Amino acid sequence: MKILVGVKRVLDYNVKARVNADKTGIELANVKMSMNPFDEIAVEEALRIKEAGNADEVIAISIGPSQSQETIRTALAMGADRGILIETDELLQPLAVAKLFQQLVEKEKPGLVILGKQAIDGDNNQTGQMLSALTGMAQATFASKVEIDGQSAKVTREVDAGLESIKITLPAILTTDLRLNEPRYAKLPNIMKAKKKPLETVPVADTGVDISSKLSVIEVNEPEQRKAGVIVSSVAELVEKLRNEAKVI
Amino acid sequence: MTTLVVAEHESGALRQATFNVVAAAKAIGNDITVLVAGQGAGEVAAAAGNIDGVSKVLHADDEAYAQEIAENLSALIVSIAGNFSHILFAATAAGKNVMPRVAALLNVDGISDITSVVSVDTFIRPIYAGNAMATVKSQDTTKVITVRTTSFDPANESGGSAAVETVAGAGASDLVAFIGEELSQSDRPELTSADIVVSGGRGMQNGDNFAMLDEIAAKLNAAVGASRAAVDSGFVPNEYQVGQTGKVVAPNLYIAVGISGAIQHLAGMKDSKVIVAINKDEEAPIFQVADYGLVADLFEALPELSKALDG
Ligand SMILES: Cc1cc2nc3c(=O)[nH]c(=O)nc-3n(C[C@H](O)[C@H](O)[C@H](O)COP(=O)(O)OP(=O)(O)OC[C@H]3O[C@@H](n4cnc5c(N)ncnc54)[C@H](O)[C@@H]3O)c2cc1C
Ligand SMILES: Nc1ncnc2c1ncn2[C@@H]1O[C@H](COP(=O)(O)O)[C@@H](O)[C@H]1O
Repeated sequence: MKILVGVKRVLDYNVKARVNADKTGIELANVKMSMNPFDEIAVEEALRIKEAGNADEVIAISIGPSQSQETIRTALAMGADRGILIETDELLQPLAVAKLFQQLVEKEKPGLVILGKQAIDGDNNQTGQMLSALTGMAQATFASKVEIDGQSAKVTREVDAGLESIKITLPAILTTDLRLNEPRYAKLPNIMKAKKKPLETVPVADTGVDISSKLSVIEVNEPEQRKAGVIVSSVAELVEKLRNEAKVI
Repeated sequence: MTTLVVAEHESGALRQATFNVVAAAKAIGNDITVLVAGQGAGEVAAAAGNIDGVSKVLHADDEAYAQEIAENLSALIVSIAGNFSHILFAATAAGKNVMPRVAALLNVDGISDITSVVSVDTFIRPIYAGNAMATVKSQDTTKVITVRTTSFDPANESGGSAAVETVAGAGASDLVAFIGEELSQSDRPELTSADIVVSGGRGMQNGDNFAMLDEIAAKLNAAVGASRAAVDSGFVPNEYQVGQTGKVVAPNLYIAVGISGAIQHLAGMKDSKVIVAINKDEEAPIFQVADYGLVADLFEALPELSKALDG
């Protein structure tokens, strides 16, 4: 079977986001961009499933500006077989992304689609669930363990009270949680090889998919800053302050 | 215009989060209907009718809702969605699992994790781990939303007297089967609604040392949380994780012990009323958000703190 993985290009997780001067979004000029960390986990899981003999092709998909090719190349260097970039400079909502993925699912007919649970820019946590709803394929979100068993998979999911396990029929949509695996680093020879792997670019207009949205961002602001605190010199002083000044204990 | 609140419940009781979501629904200002889907959850439906501000309860009693299977719940919600201008879920694991399906099936954008209601169609939500707050306006006919529970004080459990109406189930998916769950047993308060949270990070060194935090938590009637590093290292289970991609907490008092204060951790606790940091590195970023910082070795400070709390 084929596995599709989503790889979104986002502000690197180590960089602190700053609101831009006209308050329309985040300052993204001249800052480090990387693959969304949950998508690295998605790529890793797809590769492990392939290496275990349960899949024969891993296709990395990114939707975004032309620089997203770099993100796809990273996935190819990790071991994905080919890449598809749906090129757009617009910031798409998860619904539009899910619709674009739905079209690729219809075309490629994968046995699994693995996405991250959340892109760390918009923090939406929506795309996988939407894709499942649109395709009618089963969903297993927040996966921390995946066991493929022929035409089905057993998935352990991270939920608020602990762990839950479900059995889903393939084809299905998975979204990754942090504990699913530790993604590999791309080795230099593989980075060179990745340059020769196929990467198809499709302008978003050519897909014919309706990516319009009725949700608009009116303004983006800095969060409220906390006022500076004090350093206490001892546990005794801390407890005294919590009791008598903050009155929280 | 009516807002639908999708209730969460377990063991015959509403989860705390539902009261916060009703509060968000009140802020929107429409009539409020609560949906209780479950199997044999009649008591829960009755309890939902008592919540202050709720004018109707819809109760779906069906085997399909014995567990929180997203496919089944989303089909049910979509079957009644036509009556509602807003559909609200808690931004919990369960709510996040279902909300986007409902939005996609209604062909509308989902709105995740709102922290405030500006008007019936305009909301504020954090992006980039809370380093920015986006004001978003939706022109969709149905607004499908998850609510950050810590941003809305819970609605009163009593004061309402809404009628309970039965709604039919909407079928069950044969593509998903629930196998089982491993839920942690704790007599501590629930992390996301506790008044005090004591969290440990990588500095705790191992799981056994978390007993020091448990001891303090017991004295303060606090919940215990953790950083991702502590969870990844296996010190504590996944459900302890506080942060951008874990749980969001906003207690009266948050005590961070051996936690450096990475952006992703701050995203889950920086709205706490009072923050205490105990860390041996005075440069640790956690001190930038702490109201009270103690630069100390936690292995000395924690036993002392525990003793001081007896006094
Ligand atoms: C996609 C993604 C999502 C993430 N989501 C989250 C999330 O939701 N929540 C989260 O917490 N993190 C999250 N992280 C991880 C985050 O970036 C940090 O790696 C993590 O928060 C660090 O945990 P820590 O502070 O416990 O560990 P460290 O950064 O290693 O800090 C340990 C601290 O303990 C102190 N210390 C050590 N020994 C002692 C001692 N004896 N006494 C006192 N102090 C001591 C040290 O000075 C240090 O400051 C995420 C990362 C990524 C990439
Ligand atoms: N523009 C994109 N390109 C590729 N994958 C995406 C894109 N947007 C979202 N995804 C996938 O969907 C997941 C969840 O994103 P979100 O719903 O935006 O939080 C991400 O981790 C990706 O796997």
